[in-house]
Amino acid sequence: MTFEQPRPPAPENQAGQAVPALSMRGLAKRFGDKIAVDGISLDVPAGSFYGIVGPNGAGKTTTLSMATGLLRPEFGTAFVHGVDVWRQPLEAKKLMGILPDGVRLFDRLTGEQLVSYAGLLRGMDKDVVATRVRELLAALDLGPEAGKLVVDYSAGMTKKIALASALIHAPRLLVLDEPFESVDPVSAANIRDILDRYVASGGTVIVSSHAMDLVQRMCDHVAVVAAGRVLAAGTVDAVRAGETLEDRFVQLVGGRSHTEGLEWLRTF
Amino acid sequence: MVAHLLRLKLTLLRNSVRRSPWQLVGLGIGALYALGLVALGITGLLFLRGADAGVAQTVVVLGGVAALLGWAVVPVAASAADLTLDPARFTTFAVPTPQLLAGLALGGLIGIPGTATTLVALGTVGTWSRSLPGAAGALVGAFLGVLSCIVLSKVVTTATAGLASSRRFKDASAVIFLIPLVLMGPIVAGVAEGIASSGDFLAGLARTLSWTPAGAAWSLGGEMAAGSYGAAAIKFLVALATLAGLALCWKALLQRALVTPPYAGTSRKRAGGLGFFGLFPATPTGAVAARCLSYWLRDPRYSGSLVVVPLLPVLFLFQASQTGSYGMLLFVGPLTAFLLAWSISADVSYDNTAFALHLSTGVSGVQDRLGRAVACLVFALPVVLALSVLPFPLGADWQLLPGVLGLSLGVLFSGMGLSSVVSARYTAAVPLPGDSPFKKPPGNVAQTLAVQFGGMGVLLLLVVPETALLAAQFVTGSAAPGWINLVLGPALGLALFAAGVRLGGKWLDARGPELLAQLAVNR
Repeated sequence: MTFEQPRPPAPENQAGQAVPALSMRGLAKRFGDKIAVDGISLDVPAGSFYGIVGPNGAGKTTTLSMATGLLRPEFGTAFVHGVDVWRQPLEAKKLMGILPDGVRLFDRLTGEQLVSYAGLLRGMDKDVVATRVRELLAALDLGPEAGKLVVDYSAGMTKKIALASALIHAPRLLVLDEPFESVDPVSAANIRDILDRYVASGGTVIVSSHAMDLVQRMCDHVAVVAAGRVLAAGTVDAVRAGETLEDRFVQLVGGRSHTEGLEWLRTF
Repeated sequence: MVAHLLRLKLTLLRNSVRRSPWQLVGLGIGALYALGLVALGITGLLFLRGADAGVAQTVVVLGGVAALLGWAVVPVAASAADLTLDPARFTTFAVPTPQLLAGLALGGLIGIPGTATTLVALGTVGTWSRSLPGAAGALVGAFLGVLSCIVLSKVVTTATAGLASSRRFKDASAVIFLIPLVLMGPIVAGVAEGIASSGDFLAGLARTLSWTPAGAAWSLGGEMAAGSYGAAAIKFLVALATLAGLALCWKALLQRALVTPPYAGTSRKRAGGLGFFGLFPATPTGAVAARCLSYWLRDPRYSGSLVVVPLLPVLFLFQASQTGSYGMLLFVGPLTAFLLAWSISADVSYDNTAFALHLSTGVSGVQDRLGRAVACLVFALPVVLALSVLPFPLGADWQLLPGVLGLSLGVLFSGMGLSSVVSARYTAAVPLPGDSPFKKPPGNVAQTLAVQFGGMGVLLLLVVPETALLAAQFVTGSAAPGWINLVLGPALGLALFAAGVRLGGKWLDARGPELLAQLAVNR
């Protein structure tokens, strides 16, 4: 961390391999004294459904922010389909759709206006935007609420409208930070259908999540991140090695406490 | 339990300061300001010690009633109720209600307004220290009066909490409250005039109020000093009953409020209404402009500054009618231009982390800057032109019109250019999205003030040529500098505007992620 690292080679240089949809190279970031992300390198193959799991405060959001151009890394960089996010940000951002976690939306716009705004900001044609907004809102069960201000939406609806804003320009790579948080099961199933079809037609999805079950069922690749490092990465079957993903995750991350205390909790 | 609650409040206050040393500076400035007011109040009250007892009684009672009114009205109107000890946060702790109420009431005393009110109320002891019974009565009165202030404020905020948490009410009240604030000058002048002409009326009013719950506590000192112990006893009972009644009301309201969470009002429009997005060209710049214009109308933090615009000429007209001279009215156009141009200098800070959308869509800095400026210009340009012309039909010298127009346009465009640069570089401590424009913003207030005043200073420098030309016209009386100004003002202004948008855009492109990180601190 203390030495300037040589700039990592772009993924195209590795001959004989398909260009990954996203490849992170030695991403690192510290906040004050705390090292949030400690040199993460990951390759997300094109056409994969990639899950990133980790305990609270593992650095998932920080890593994804750095990989998508929202937070400048102190070391390392990321490539989207071979385009350096930090050297050619405009080209890279065209390829990506991002659902960041923990940022506000322009919530004094109606849902319809917000998604249109995301499309128009990307310089898309007005009629294309109008058609896509209508279809997206219908697919995400937001049709009846299209004219309501986003500030009056519930938490789940807010997630869905943010997802629609990330999808509007038909990106090749989707980076979704906690997309299923507080989304109801029916909408979550609809979103999974949309994402499955998107991956089947060649798109790449990266999701971060706490829900191991969901990741095991939904994703084909997974990376386990803890304390700013990658503990394991690969196909879901390879990472879980015959166990459930949840058990494997707990083994890798550790920290299960088998303390003897708390007897009073059973005595009432 | 009461001690726990007080310690909690102190800890919260201390931790809010620990976030940054600048926070401490801000608190210090606020405390110093309050200290000045308190010193003024106490000095006045001590001075009253030597004054006629009737006058002293009138001043003390009316002052006390005003304080009570202030504690009742200000927290609601300004949506600035102190919620560091929000009762809703104690629902799960099963704190006995009487102790919770006592703790919350005493907790209300901690903080600048509570301390200031207490100190000034104790000043009345000085006023009545001409005799021992008087001082004792004033002490009891101050105690009852201050507690009544705090409990009344809690009653009002609890009663309106349901209403106040509906977004629509919050938005509306925040904007409406600005109107009396801006017109404070004329209102105070009118009231002062009324007072001057009717000194007897005030004495009568104070006498009457002193028998009501509003003024009873404050009149105890005077009655005791005057030796009318019978009246004092009755008033003591009135004041005590007032406090008890208010406490009972508060208890009932709180118990009801804790089990019925407020319902936030909603708004629904039919789908297909794209609003301003349908009117502006479908380009990134047009989209930014449409979004900003929607915010100017829908977000009270923006519309609050719009309300000031029509009030400014009213203020100037009032001043003109008082003095009979229209000299100041000439500058209402340039002044409005200054305010409106500067109003977008914290635009990115108002976005807060929603700015991440601009960053992730890769909209270019110049498009972002230009869109925001255009949204403001859409209404600022006609308003500034109209207000610049306004003084002339009212009797100003028409010869000055070109010069004033030149200055107004110069200020407007130069200011927009400067604002575009400032908001791309510095984040300001502004109220969060959805908060009242008056709510104390989180974050670095001292830096914000430095940037704001520094920026205004720079803007004054940028418009020196236009100002100088107008001054030249005033001094020489010739029309030529005015006509030069009409050409030079817009030309220089537009040049600075273009330069500002370009420079601000460049900085935004280069430092977008850093700007977002700064914004996230104030989330």
